[in-house]
Amino acid sequence: MIPELGNFALILAMLLALIQGTLPIIGAARGIPSWIALARPAVQGQFVFIAISFGCLAYSFVSNDFSVHNVASHSNSELPLHFRFAATWGSHEGSLLLWVLLLAGWSVAVSVFSRQLPDDMVARVLGVLGLVSVGFLLFLLFTSNPFDRLLPAALDGNDLNPLLQDPGMVLHPPMLYMGYVGFSVAFAFAIAALLSGQLDAAWARWSRPWTTAAWVFLTTGIMIGSWWAYYELGWGGWWFWDAVENASFMPWLVGTALIHSLAVTEKRGSFKSWTVLLAIVAFSLSLLGTFLVRSGVLTSVHAFATDPARGIFILVYLVAIVGFSLILFAWRAPKVGLGGNFQLISRESMLLVNNVLLLVAAGSVMLGTLYPLLVDALGLGKISVGPPYFEAVFVPLMAPAIFLIGLGPIARWKQASLPSMVIRLRWAFGVSLISALIMPFFMSEWKPLVSFGLLLAFWIIASIFVNIKHRLQNSGEGGLLTKLSRQSRSYYGMHCAHLGIAVFVIGVTLVNGYETEKDVRMEIGNTVSISGYTFRFNGISNIPGPNYKAVQGDIDVLKDDKLIQKLYPEKRTYNASGMVMTEAAIDAGLFRDLYIALGEPLDNNAWVVRVYHKPFVDWIWLGCILMALGGILAVTDRRYRYGIRKKDKTEITSEILTKSNTDIKSRDIEPVILPEVRKV
Amino acid sequence: MYKFKAINVFVLQERASQFFKYIRQLVIVFSVFLLPLTSFANEALPVAEDPVLEKRLVELSENLRCLVCQNESLAGSRADFAIDLRREIREQMKADKSDEEIIDFLVARYGDFVLYNPPFKTTTILLWFGPLILFIGATTALIFYLRRRRTQIDDIPLSESQRLEAEALIRKINKE
Amino acid sequence: MIRFLLPLAIFIVLVVFLGIGLTLNPRQVPSPLIDKPAPVFQLNHLHDPDKIMMSKDNLGKVWMLNVWASWCVACRDEHPLLVQLAKTGIVPIYGLNYKDERDTALQWLRQYGDPYTVSIVDSDGKVGIDYGVYGVPETYIIDKQGIIRHKHIGPVTVKSLEDKILPLIRELQG
Repeated sequence: MIPELGNFALILAMLLALIQGTLPIIGAARGIPSWIALARPAVQGQFVFIAISFGCLAYSFVSNDFSVHNVASHSNSELPLHFRFAATWGSHEGSLLLWVLLLAGWSVAVSVFSRQLPDDMVARVLGVLGLVSVGFLLFLLFTSNPFDRLLPAALDGNDLNPLLQDPGMVLHPPMLYMGYVGFSVAFAFAIAALLSGQLDAAWARWSRPWTTAAWVFLTTGIMIGSWWAYYELGWGGWWFWDAVENASFMPWLVGTALIHSLAVTEKRGSFKSWTVLLAIVAFSLSLLGTFLVRSGVLTSVHAFATDPARGIFILVYLVAIVGFSLILFAWRAPKVGLGGNFQLISRESMLLVNNVLLLVAAGSVMLGTLYPLLVDALGLGKISVGPPYFEAVFVPLMAPAIFLIGLGPIARWKQASLPSMVIRLRWAFGVSLISALIMPFFMSEWKPLVSFGLLLAFWIIASIFVNIKHRLQNSGEGGLLTKLSRQSRSYYGMHCAHLGIAVFVIGVTLVNGYETEKDVRMEIGNTVSISGYTFRFNGISNIPGPNYKAVQGDIDVLKDDKLIQKLYPEKRTYNASGMVMTEAAIDAGLFRDLYIALGEPLDNNAWVVRVYHKPFVDWIWLGCILMALGGILAVTDRRYRYGIRKKDKTEITSEILTKSNTDIKSRDIEPVILPEVRKV
Repeated sequence: MYKFKAINVFVLQERASQFFKYIRQLVIVFSVFLLPLTSFANEALPVAEDPVLEKRLVELSENLRCLVCQNESLAGSRADFAIDLRREIREQMKADKSDEEIIDFLVARYGDFVLYNPPFKTTTILLWFGPLILFIGATTALIFYLRRRRTQIDDIPLSESQRLEAEALIRKINKE
Repeated sequence: MIRFLLPLAIFIVLVVFLGIGLTLNPRQVPSPLIDKPAPVFQLNHLHDPDKIMMSKDNLGKVWMLNVWASWCVACRDEHPLLVQLAKTGIVPIYGLNYKDERDTALQWLRQYGDPYTVSIVDSDGKVGIDYGVYGVPETYIIDKQGIIRHKHIGPVTVKSLEDKILPLIRELQG
């Protein structure tokens, strides 16, 4: 009964989405207020029904209803309760339901937090979101229904893939989807602006916090996925350039370009058509990622059940959504104005170069990911493109982008002077160069690539200092704290995210340069030493788990003959599937991780044990957290929160202002953000 | 796994590193005399008979694809197929075959599909030059765009009343 | 304005390739050994371990080499078809018993029927590696000059026999 209810709710949600996707858009085009007014209730209704449907599926999982096909193939009665709940999105069908739930959630958020926007604009945005939702709901109902019954019911389920029975994997999909789906909001704003022809700085200002929020979720989602791979796959890698990873990385790169380009469009009214294109591309890549993962055209470690009908459906959907938006773009974009002028050396052009680098990087990742498909489709044989290619291509593209991180924020809008920037940053460069050359000696061995990586990271950090110091000198009277508190959150957000890049680069550089590992055969009482730490093997014990049997190793970690930590790596055999999983034990620290994984059992109670010393590896994820935190700071900037209160009646458009504010140049301080002003 | 080794641009720095390696060896030679002779009695044995060869095996097989696995390297996979091939590679290494010979051996049997580092040939020209073409194309487009843009836009000075209004507005916001 | 149509053009090209991609099987890897001489081997017979078969023994005739094992579930699917084919006598089928135990392999043949002219034993999988075997069952068609003409990966089906394998054999036998 409950699954049928869920199915019914899903159908109702689809009908509401259909209404949401049509009437408000037509209403906005023809000026029919009652149709425009339909948008908000339709969105909220759709959300309620999808939530009911999701609740029904979750209930079926939690209550072990093995007469539902989806539950029978992705759960098991022995599975602990929290994983049964998480198994709701552990399958292809369930994860799509989560996708539409999150999409509806974002849509509701837009409908609630858009009071200051004109109604016709809201109607268009929500209408586009409705159309996106219709496609996914149809996909769910016709090719991937999560409520399909299994008659007769199974006695017990096949169990959730043990790889997914982990907190990291429980959180990873929702976060990643929040990011993917979040870009649909930026996309909807872009399409709405193209439809209405109101592509101005105000549009950029509305969509900016939404885009940044989506980017924060995507960053967090990718981070959790990478962290999970690190501790769960048992050999300490954290990024494999797998097709599915690339599918999430491409929207991230384009999304990063988008939030930078939005900054220019908002503050200077420039790059409008470019920004709109980026918004379309970022979401299209999210959809392409879905296609690649769900259709099975590429082989990847993430083996999802695939079905040609699904592939065809998503491809048609992709063509409809992306094709339509690109046609709309080609039709409307040529009429968009150019915005404020700027010189070749200016913050605008630097941001544009950053955009170019990020897009070329995204394009290269896409080329590498799809190239095997391309060669195969042309009948030229089969090839593989793996980590060596991506590293060779990606690093040289990112190095100049990172260099620009130091330069960009210090450059003035409109026209910057190269000599004065050189003067201001020469100390930052000198300090970072010298410390990058010296630092590796303290680590053990000088390696050119380590030095180079550190140079990039130190350069970012030093230039952030220079930038903040300079900014404080120019922000009026008062003590240091007053001056610091006078700066906006988005200003700190920017530096926080850039600092995150630096921390990330340090982590990657040092762990690649100085990681050490040993693969040893350990009997009880044996020791192995690595980078100053000694590990003593005290034998193993059998530990029963809720739905698995584990063999647990007992290992003492000693430093200078003193016990500093006990570690318990496990090897689990899951009852239902018989799959064996390695649970590494990690002693995490700010400056190093000690990582131990159990290998195979040998004769004489001995075990193969793999130990790693990974210096600074946690900085990789710490950097991602700082990036996400920077995004959160930027989203919570007061200019977004007090949007309504500051609404001013003025006839001056931000465009006229930004076009020519030579007379009121505010020195090096960024142009002040104008309250919402629209062409009347 | 993220490694920088595939970049060819840094050959010069590679040479510098050799110089430093030399210095480091000197340091090691001297420090050996200073090392106290403490060592654990129960030192665990390496799994591999020959750790140096094993390291070479891992480095080589990390860039080779396990055909039967979804997308795993020969080094990382636990599949029978990967174990067999690792054994084969190990035997060939013991027989003093070079990495190139071993790679040729595998490519002759399984095709280019086993190589994660695709070879440079006619079918992969676009793959290897693609990023460069993208970069040059995008940069050229950018330069043309910026040039044309500057000639297209003329700064229209604000009228006196607009200017005053704008200044008042900015002052007001700055105060808030 | 052509440059605004560029994204659309790129997208259309991409969609064409993705569409073709849907019709392909990403797990099938074509063998580089097609139209190359079959790797030489010298292996013991399964039934009579004292006898040795060499690959050059088959020069001058078209033959089929079928890689199988008793642990291979998919082999059971194709096996009745092979037994039928053997009865017609169109082509001699040689079985390469890949990484198997002798006793279970013999038992398996007694149970499901023995279509093989000769079964040879590749217990450590060395010859398998030479032939580029990566999934059992696999089937090779080798011509009179000892050149591999075709490789079929996975169980042989009626369709693959009729569409590809039998016409090819007839052509090679000329």
